[in-house]
Amino acid sequence: MARIPCDQETLADRHGPHLAFEPPGGFAQRREPDRKVETHCCFCGQQCGIKLLVAEEKVVGIEPWEEFPFNQGKLCPKGIKRYLLNNHADRITSPLLRRDGGFVPIGWDQALNTVADRFAKLQSDHGRDSVAVLSGASLTNEKAYLMGKFARVALGTRHIDYNGRLCMVAAGAANLRAFGMDRAANPWSDIAETDLVFVTGSNVSECSPITTDYIWRARDRGARLVVVDPRLTPIARTADLYLPVKPGTDVALMNAILHVVLEMGGQDSDFIEAHTVGFDEVRSAVRDYAPERIEQLVGVPAARIRQAAELWTGAEKTMLLHARGIEHHTKGVDNVLSCINLVLATGQIGKPGCGYASITGQGNGQGAREHGQRCNQLPGARDIENPEHRAHIADFWGIDEQELPIKGATSPEIIGLAHRREVRGMLSICYNPLVSLPDARFTREALERLDFFVAIDFFMSETAQHADLILPGSLQEEDEGTVTSTEGRVLHIRKAVEPPEGARTDWRIVCDIAARLDCGEKFGFESPREIFDELRAASAGGKADYYGISYERIDREMGVFWPCPTAEHPGTPRLFEGGVFAHPDQRARFAAVEYRPSADPLDESYPIYLTTGRVVSQFLSGNQTRRIGPLVEQCPEPYVEIHPALASRYSISEGERVRLRSRRDSIELTARVVSTLRPDTVFVPYHWPGALSINRLTHRSFDPVAGIPEFKVSAVQLEKCP
Amino acid sequence: MMGVPPDKKLFVDPQRCIGCRACVQACSECPDHGGYSMIHLDEVDRASTVQTAPTVCMHCEDPACATACPADAIQKGPDGVVHTAMTERCIGCTNCVVACPFGVPNYDSQRDLMTKCDLCYDRTSRDLRPMCATVCPSEALFFGTTEELQSRRPGYVIQEVEFDGHLVRTRNAFVVPVRGDGLVISDERAGGAESIADLCLAEAIL
Repeated sequence: MARIPCDQETLADRHGPHLAFEPPGGFAQRREPDRKVETHCCFCGQQCGIKLLVAEEKVVGIEPWEEFPFNQGKLCPKGIKRYLLNNHADRITSPLLRRDGGFVPIGWDQALNTVADRFAKLQSDHGRDSVAVLSGASLTNEKAYLMGKFARVALGTRHIDYNGRLCMVAAGAANLRAFGMDRAANPWSDIAETDLVFVTGSNVSECSPITTDYIWRARDRGARLVVVDPRLTPIARTADLYLPVKPGTDVALMNAILHVVLEMGGQDSDFIEAHTVGFDEVRSAVRDYAPERIEQLVGVPAARIRQAAELWTGAEKTMLLHARGIEHHTKGVDNVLSCINLVLATGQIGKPGCGYASITGQGNGQGAREHGQRCNQLPGARDIENPEHRAHIADFWGIDEQELPIKGATSPEIIGLAHRREVRGMLSICYNPLVSLPDARFTREALERLDFFVAIDFFMSETAQHADLILPGSLQEEDEGTVTSTEGRVLHIRKAVEPPEGARTDWRIVCDIAARLDCGEKFGFESPREIFDELRAASAGGKADYYGISYERIDREMGVFWPCPTAEHPGTPRLFEGGVFAHPDQRARFAAVEYRPSADPLDESYPIYLTTGRVVSQFLSGNQTRRIGPLVEQCPEPYVEIHPALASRYSISEGERVRLRSRRDSIELTARVVSTLRPDTVFVPYHWPGALSINRLTHRSFDPVAGIPEFKVSAVQLEKCP
Repeated sequence: MMGVPPDKKLFVDPQRCIGCRACVQACSECPDHGGYSMIHLDEVDRASTVQTAPTVCMHCEDPACATACPADAIQKGPDGVVHTAMTERCIGCTNCVVACPFGVPNYDSQRDLMTKCDLCYDRTSRDLRPMCATVCPSEALFFGTTEELQSRRPGYVIQEVEFDGHLVRTRNAFVVPVRGDGLVISDERAGGAESIADLCLAEAIL
């Protein structure tokens, strides 16, 4: 049973999180760098260019990389201080085996043999699918490809899925359905060229800060800005129109905006006729969504909804951007489709300054969802349930199509399978579900029920604390590879330094396990470059075709946009030009979507909406950023934002301790009484574990198509702590 | 010639500030800042707004910090840059902290030393932009000439600030969205922006 081997204090004493404030030897002793490595930040999907400064084979600082076109030197605080992860005191530098009382270091051979032996035994006793793999969207494309192949070929399990399930999958599924492929439709340079930026469910300034610059560049040319969000975020503060939508009602709001657009005759009938399917059903569906009819539902006055529609139709060119705010719902896919309906009905796509994008969250949020580490996917963004796709990849991998596992469970479902003991063994890499999944108590129970759990991690995440065996892997700057940014631009992560002695590159660890599972000949890679060569060949002919991309081209061209099927192909910054979509008939699909309530509805006992999100100085489950001193100082712990009207009802003042309780669990937090969110909604950031984890309160309800959890709406009660 | 080109200045446009503190974190990474930030960023009134504002040195024509310094530790160069206190001279009296109308200098009690923004002199004197303005994601901090700024975006440049009747001329500049008679700082509060409560329907709870 994968329980924590000793008390938290003992673990924290050894493994942290401790706070790093200074480069090795301190600022005063910081040496002139021996070299400056042009690479990218390890955190979000913007993938800003940075230069890592290396002295005596240690990363000692950063410099802005002003020549890199996407961010031109601009950075958020995470990018500036991320270098403090290297040389961190908390690094794991030996395989660790769980024993009563704590973890003990063991040798690599013993560790790798143990993994192979335990998995083989579990699979022989309980079937191949009794072992599952959890992977992540901060992994490079090479590693994402490798994990998919490892699960399907070396382990032969159907159960592999990734933490992008918490991130981009609602957008991905909706994009696939509407456009026939899953990628931001436009390069970010198109944002700067548009006349109206429509941002919904994206706290751009904190979660994708560099995008703020593109929006301002559009506004400097006279573009207008509409922001839809239950919270008045920094980007919303200066918007031309701000709609404080009630959590979970986005479909109704977007349908209402389209209702008004059609009422005004704002549709592009030629575009609809020539390039789309299904408009009549959408027109019928939005007929019932007159703003005056749904204003109480969405919590925004009808006049303002009409204003949004007027701004949209009044603009020659529009760009619609969204992120997790509309995607983290049991109707995440529908929310996205309701946005795409507006874009398609007005023909606002596939032209300069005209388009649509979901802003990806994780470092390789785009690429990591293309190369086959998703439960329903094979390399090249192929469909694991499509017989042709299966045959193609089985042949490519040199296995019988019958041996290729079928679609497996999503990553939250894998936790559910572990809870039911249908999954007995698990390997995780780049995933910290104990902090990031909803209903943390359930996740903990599931981990504790595993027979054998191995975690590949550079730091001891809260999830890794439950592992039977921890294999110390590599930080982003300790390995080479590629990632694909939010724009669909494939970028080169350069290796700055070697992993510390005792740790190994992730791909090497995975290949070594595969070899011990008698699959060595299919995992004989000697470098990430060799994995990339196989990846791009595997992707050839698929939707996400990387065949024409090489590390050298990326370096020369500052990134290459996929699809890029040949070495001569220029890459594809803007998709769907000329109204040509990726479905076989080249037409986009409208989707008539109706409002549905949240899976965790308000009632008299739980009368307040809870919504969760990020702060600019922390990243995701915090396994990295909670170890960086200057970032922790910027936001040391979670808090709850409460509108003064709500606070006064409960006699709560600024700075007082309050208790939030949901149908799952409760949490005590410090109140921040601010008038910058809806009075019926409270907000808590989610980067922290244990007693500080807001995901103890969120619920395990998922979008029926994409499997994304409903982080953005939970019902809670509020009380002042006595 | 050493020094910062006279036409290059730092523009501060609080309207664009998103409060991310990239400027503060980057300042501490400047090679000669030793891990300390010389600038700061404040929430203006978090209870009612997410407005934040970075505070960099405005490099006054007639710097009050230097005038108030009894040890002559603060020097203004011929290029108009007002330098941080010279370590060997600074007596840690905090006169400069009190004197500066913009609230720029910090007194560091651990090092018994005043520090303030020196326009990233080691960078700007070598034709590099200051760290803060290089990293700022929204160009709330922008470094360049007035012409460069105005070729990129609208806004009015202000290099004179009136503090309760006392006019201060600065080398650096503020950018404001609307033309006015200059920037006047006084104790009178401006009228509040519209409240979110006016923008949304949320009767159910209240």
